[in-house]
Amino acid sequence: MSARSFPGRRILLVLYLLFALAPIYWLVHMSLRSNEAITGAFAWFPESLSLANYVGILTDPSWYDGYINSIIYVTINTVLSVAIALPAAYAFSRYSFLGDKHLFFWLLTNRMTPPAVFLLPFFQLYTALGLIDTHIAVALAHMVFNVPLAVWILEGFISGVPREIDETAYIDGYSFPRFFVRILLPLIKAGIGVTAFFCFMFSWVELLLARTLTSVDAKPIAATMTRTVSAAGMDWGTLAAAGVLTIVPGALVIYFVRRYIAKGFAMGRV
Amino acid sequence: MSVAKPVNQRAWWLVLPVLVSVAFSALIPLMTVVNYSVQDILSPSQSVFVGWEWYKEVLRDPELHSALVRQLIFSAAVLAIQIPLGIALALSMPREGWRSSLVLVLLAMPLLVPWNVVGTIWQIFARADIGLLGYVLTQMGFDYNYAQDPWDAWITVLVMDVWHWTPLVALLAFAGLRAIPEAYYQAARIDGASRWAVFRHVQLPKLRSVLMIAVLLRLMDSFMIYTEPFVLTGGGPGTATTFLSQYLTQKAVGQFDLGPAAAFSLVYFLIILLLCFVLYNFMKNVGADEQQGRSA
Amino acid sequence: MARIELIDVAHAYGQSWALKQMTLSWSDGGAYALLGPSGCGKTTLLNIISGLIAPTQGKILFDGRDVTALEPQQRNIAQVFQFPVVYDTMSVYDNLAFPLRNRGWKEGEVRKRVHEIAEILELQSDLPRRAHGLAADVKQKISLGRGLVRPDVAAVLFDEPLTVIDPHVKWLLRRQLKQLHQQLNLSLIYVTHDQTEALTFADRVVVMTQGEVVQVGTPEALFESPAHRFVGHFIGSPGMNFIACDGAPPRIEGVPISTSSTQQPEPGATLAIGIRPEYLQVHSLPGPNRVPAIVTSAQDQGTQWMVQLQIGKRTVWSKIRHTSEPVGIGPAFAYMPPDKCALYADDRRVA
Repeated sequence: MSARSFPGRRILLVLYLLFALAPIYWLVHMSLRSNEAITGAFAWFPESLSLANYVGILTDPSWYDGYINSIIYVTINTVLSVAIALPAAYAFSRYSFLGDKHLFFWLLTNRMTPPAVFLLPFFQLYTALGLIDTHIAVALAHMVFNVPLAVWILEGFISGVPREIDETAYIDGYSFPRFFVRILLPLIKAGIGVTAFFCFMFSWVELLLARTLTSVDAKPIAATMTRTVSAAGMDWGTLAAAGVLTIVPGALVIYFVRRYIAKGFAMGRV
Repeated sequence: MSVAKPVNQRAWWLVLPVLVSVAFSALIPLMTVVNYSVQDILSPSQSVFVGWEWYKEVLRDPELHSALVRQLIFSAAVLAIQIPLGIALALSMPREGWRSSLVLVLLAMPLLVPWNVVGTIWQIFARADIGLLGYVLTQMGFDYNYAQDPWDAWITVLVMDVWHWTPLVALLAFAGLRAIPEAYYQAARIDGASRWAVFRHVQLPKLRSVLMIAVLLRLMDSFMIYTEPFVLTGGGPGTATTFLSQYLTQKAVGQFDLGPAAAFSLVYFLIILLLCFVLYNFMKNVGADEQQGRSA
Repeated sequence: MARIELIDVAHAYGQSWALKQMTLSWSDGGAYALLGPSGCGKTTLLNIISGLIAPTQGKILFDGRDVTALEPQQRNIAQVFQFPVVYDTMSVYDNLAFPLRNRGWKEGEVRKRVHEIAEILELQSDLPRRAHGLAADVKQKISLGRGLVRPDVAAVLFDEPLTVIDPHVKWLLRRQLKQLHQQLNLSLIYVTHDQTEALTFADRVVVMTQGEVVQVGTPEALFESPAHRFVGHFIGSPGMNFIACDGAPPRIEGVPISTSSTQQPEPGATLAIGIRPEYLQVHSLPGPNRVPAIVTSAQDQGTQWMVQLQIGKRTVWSKIRHTSEPVGIGPAFAYMPPDKCALYADDRRVA
């Protein structure tokens, strides 16, 4: 098994995790202190554990509504993106058809539009459709960058499945949908897990589009956070506590898909 | 003997849902922006056709040139650090058991922080008086202040980006590694392959398509980086961390002048498109050349 | 080439024994098939021989030398897997040269050896091609070639290598393998769950079930005198008939049966008479070794009748050549020739 890794890997991993967790620690550290303490003086550990910032958030409906709104549109987006990307990824992986290469690249170009100027036309489009300030509007808008990503990641995973497996299944009398669901999907579980996680993540952390397309009813948590900048200065503590809380759902998602990422693809069992 | 993909036009039906959903949200706004870019919009109801005027103005702007150079250096640094580091991390992650789960969850955390919060964390975290990083650096004798020193600011934005996005590369590479069938490692052991040979001839080729995703994603997203440096440094000190997106927003949107802003966006879009196109084809060809192999 | 011995080898994954303790030897230059249903431990056994798995206990000897602690490449083993493993980015030539280059061979010698092997495997024209797009059977030949390029290969191990090969190419490749075996005098071990593949390929078949080797023998011996009920069932179509019987001397439905078994079974063991459908005869009159039965169906299969009989509550099969007269439905007597049937005590044949 040593052929897969390299000497000193443990050290690298531990050092990197320290680096990755230090800012997170600082976020938690800030969330447990008052604004005066945060800006007052350096401390390795919070002087006293105060949950005031969290209580403030959890008792304020505009905070937890934002939370729920985000979860709703992110979930819609993730499910839709993965569901429509799967057959497309299969098509790109297995067949050649008119314009396939151009189409594939064109899909990718949709991740490349600088948001600043595209916000206004987006706003106009969704207003014209009467979708503004709905969860579905944000979910649809986020599909612009998530669907190409999903197609792309899944295409790689499907291409990793030997084509002989498809052929064997068709010879055994499997119809396309049955083959797709019963044989292909279990083989690319890892890919689906990773893809779902990335769709979730990109939709969850995106701020500009989500903020532009919503006002009250579907306002996301990230937009609510920008409120903490006020005339009285930054409310660091509340912002940090909200930041900690926004990590939780994503951490749960990755905890659930970790098996799929970690299990990989069991070749011998076909 | 080479097995080509069979031609099947009906595959279009499988792609159609993707096409419709993306075109719906992408084409219409793009057309609108193209429309703005050739007009002088005086008020929501009044506009004049100006043709290429805004494009000429944008392309002649010296500040855009320096922002573009800064951007290119930044994106190159991002790729040069994050891709090798991400692969190395993926290779060093435990593959099974609770350790694997723990590392995955910990590693992914930076990705889950909303982008404005990322900036906020580092704004405090890197401060020499009250932040962990700044404090430790100062105690170690470094003269570090990201708010005043352009070099410190630039490095801080880069380190922040490494912190934020290397896990993406690592996760992609990890999933790619897990998808390599066991038999490849077994065959390599029987063939007496060294660790390096396994990496070079088994792992790296199998990771090619995943790495292509990682490289292009990081290129695009680093090229459009906006929220994090905006919160952390506001583009300063001076223009040290004013990247393209920042400059676009300052220059155009800040002045509510839609025409030039639209032209700028499209030029910007075309630059990313061109870079991705070049890199995409380059990586495809590297793979293809390599796959032709050397023969006796 | 080497003589391979396994001494008291056993292997456990976690708590459960995938391979129960066994001592086995494989003679130099033999063509062995390792036959058994999936999950019986045959791949585990193969990987223990090649060194991919270190057994939980026991020793492995190659020509009397203990190799238990050696890495696969030090054992000089060639192994071909179920799915073709080729290095996609390399040409066929580089694939074949890879194990030699890893051992630090000079390019000149590498070239000579690679061409030799390519000629034997009929791969010369593919040498400059890249391995990526080749058909599955060519890929399997390449993975075999990567094993064979090393001189003094101790054994060639195959793990169901024809699974992904088209049926019409399958027998071609199998024939090529047999030729190779004769030409190079290789020791071959071939894992499969397909009895036809095992019986046509091997001189000796090792039958495994549930982590245990139940019989090692020639294809003929497996057919004529299965040492274990599993072998009787697994080999042949339909498998051997086993008819429960009472104690010494054995009786079925009160009729004493004489068998080829000469020894006495352990007292208290569950007894059965085993007889192949090919040897079970149907008669209309009683006599010695003839048990009353009812013919419930007789199917014409062209050259033979497939006859289904009921003995007590037990269903048995008989294959009868067309040369004898047709069998009618209804009461009859099932005749078991004494030299063709054997007594089984607790699943094992009584000698």
